[in-house]
Amino acid sequence: MSVLEIRDLHVSVGEGDDAKEILRGVDLTVRSGETHAIMGPNGSGKSTLAYSIAGHPKYTITGGSVTLDGEDVLEMSVDERARAGLFLAMQYPVEVPGVSVSNFLRTAATAIKGEAPKLRTWVKDVKTEMSGLEMDPAFAERNVNEGFSGGEKKRHEILQMRLLKPAIAILDETDSGLDVDALRVVSEGVNKSREDSDVGVLLITHYTRILKYIKPDFVHVFVAGKVVDEGGPELAAKLEDEGYAAYVKGAPEVASA
Amino acid sequence: MPDQNAPTTTGLTTESATLAGELFGDGVGTQAGPPAVPAAGTGTAGQAAPGAHSHGGSTPTGSPAERFTSTDPDAFGVPTGREETWRFTPMKRIRPLLDGAPSDAHLTWTTDLPEGVELTSVEAGDPLLKGLPEPVDRLAALARQRCGGAAVVRVAKEAQPDRPVTLGLAGTGSDDVVWGHLVIEVGAFAQATIVLDHSGLAKYAGGVSVLVGDGAQVKLVSVQDWAPGAVHGGQYDAVVGRDATFTQVVVTLGGDLVRLVSNVQYAGPGGTAELFGVYFSDETQHQEHRLWVDHAVPNCTSNVLYKGALQGEGARTVWIGDVRIRPAATGTETYELNRNLVLTDGARADSVPNLEIETGEIVGAGHASATGRFDDEQLFYLCSRGIDAETARRLVVRGFFADVVQRIGLDALQDRLMASIDERLGALPALDDQPVEVA
Ligand SMILES: Nc1ncnc2c1ncn2[C@@H]1O[C@H](COP(=O)(O)OP(=O)(O)O)[C@@H](O)[C@H]1O
Ligand SMILES: [Mg+2]
Repeated sequence: MSVLEIRDLHVSVGEGDDAKEILRGVDLTVRSGETHAIMGPNGSGKSTLAYSIAGHPKYTITGGSVTLDGEDVLEMSVDERARAGLFLAMQYPVEVPGVSVSNFLRTAATAIKGEAPKLRTWVKDVKTEMSGLEMDPAFAERNVNEGFSGGEKKRHEILQMRLLKPAIAILDETDSGLDVDALRVVSEGVNKSREDSDVGVLLITHYTRILKYIKPDFVHVFVAGKVVDEGGPELAAKLEDEGYAAYVKGAPEVASA
Repeated sequence: MPDQNAPTTTGLTTESATLAGELFGDGVGTQAGPPAVPAAGTGTAGQAAPGAHSHGGSTPTGSPAERFTSTDPDAFGVPTGREETWRFTPMKRIRPLLDGAPSDAHLTWTTDLPEGVELTSVEAGDPLLKGLPEPVDRLAALARQRCGGAAVVRVAKEAQPDRPVTLGLAGTGSDDVVWGHLVIEVGAFAQATIVLDHSGLAKYAGGVSVLVGDGAQVKLVSVQDWAPGAVHGGQYDAVVGRDATFTQVVVTLGGDLVRLVSNVQYAGPGGTAELFGVYFSDETQHQEHRLWVDHAVPNCTSNVLYKGALQGEGARTVWIGDVRIRPAATGTETYELNRNLVLTDGARADSVPNLEIETGEIVGAGHASATGRFDDEQLFYLCSRGIDAETARRLVVRGFFADVVQRIGLDALQDRLMASIDERLGALPALDDQPVEVA
């Protein structure tokens, strides 16, 4: 049983005079087995929230706290956070030239598990998960994210989630840029993890489309750097019909985004 | 603990983000004027912002001066180090290769010649030698004159040897300069890979001339795995036939000083040249790679990718990439990219891409050059999967090299080179104490 608690989180980007506050007091609790959808317009700070939890160096935490089972996440290095059980499927996965997917996955699994996985079971696990995500086995020999299509990148992110088995997974717009087929495959991967583990999911999205495949327990509306409304799945249906207009009025700088 | 973002003493651009492709801003631009005289601001990576630059092909940059060539060493005079082509080179260390003292010293050759390939030699004055591209500097002219003749590798037309032609060229430790000239003549429609594998201790001035027949596909791999103290200078020329493909992979790891000048010209339309290079300069090593791609016929392609890493006090690399698109070379497509990864303080990388466009009717022309520290986004991505910062750096640097080494396409050689790179990375103290949490 894990619990990720975000309390009054304030985050800015930029240095000195260029510093700009993006997150303005975020409160959120994600427990094992729960799926939370965070929905908000472009530029509202959703990725900033995801990256801040993962520890991206670009973001400065100016206030508040993030804990995982009571442990101070903000004190941890990026890799410690991952080893503590956090996982971020990135909106824009990074190319790493010259590093093969198979080498990368095995290095990551070794780091997370604390020892190298047994070669035979590992190879089988990777194959199984790849076929579940309808990925060509040749994929494993390609360089990480290099020349991947948008859909391939997202499958690769979910492949990592499947193999690394995090306690809490943050999926940042895993749905964007996917065609219906890929969206279904990727969603099935996420749902499989929800079934065969106790993973808590923080599903960040701009559209309601993915929520047809991955049913959230909670929906949070995110505007101008904070949660402005919360509810159950019915809130997603309302957003589907009405969009963000009602929430965005008070935040004119986001309205144009 | 060195701050990754602090400017080094050499004034290198060390913004960690500069290796991220999407962050390239406009930087090093196109210069009019002779290719040998870059405009102010492009002299070193220290002054020039890392930049990518693309040319749609609409603005010719005027007609630069012709490059001087001669088979007579004295026609070049004795370089002082102030000349544009020598200004980056440590003259004291290369001096023996410019003095020109005659010698009988040789490298030890170990050859593997598959069927369809012959190794012979020709005397000075042979007609074959007269038709080759001429030397562009005194060192190259001396090499050609002093060695008196040339070794010749011939690949018969339409031959497809079942394995690479390998020439192991080992220095014997002699203090005398070894003068050498190798001609590689590949017949029309042949497909061959030739590996020059340099090792041992030598002072070596060696020219390599590759004649790529029409429709042939030739890969030349030149490994500089010299022992410490070795000095190697030389001019590599490729004449690419009609519809032929020439691929060159240069891997410079060892030696005290390596200075290679690679020139490409096209004998007919439809040719492709791919020039890949990777270099790794440790304490006090000087590694200089100068490229000159001369597009003078229509519909040819060139693609240049050189990547280098530097570590340790006095590590020094120079990359000069000149591409010229002459008025007749319509339909040209060219791109050149040089990336340098500075692993520690006290190292210096110079990078000067230079594109001369004399016709607007091209498919595309671009160049990019970036010198910096680790790419933080790559490190973040790896660390976010639980991989510790130290291991992540190793993966990134290893991948940085592997990206080019993979282009050799010969597993055994690639493994050997990567193992040698791994070993040197293992001795990288600064990897341990650079934190990943940098803005
Ligand atoms: N490095 C940066 N410098 C300045 N502003 C930034 C930087 N990164 C993000 N922002 C700004 O922060 C805001 C939130 O961005 P982001 O978290 O990516 O939003 P979302 O994911 O909701 O679309 C945007 O206005 C964006 O322009
Ligand atoms: Mg986003």
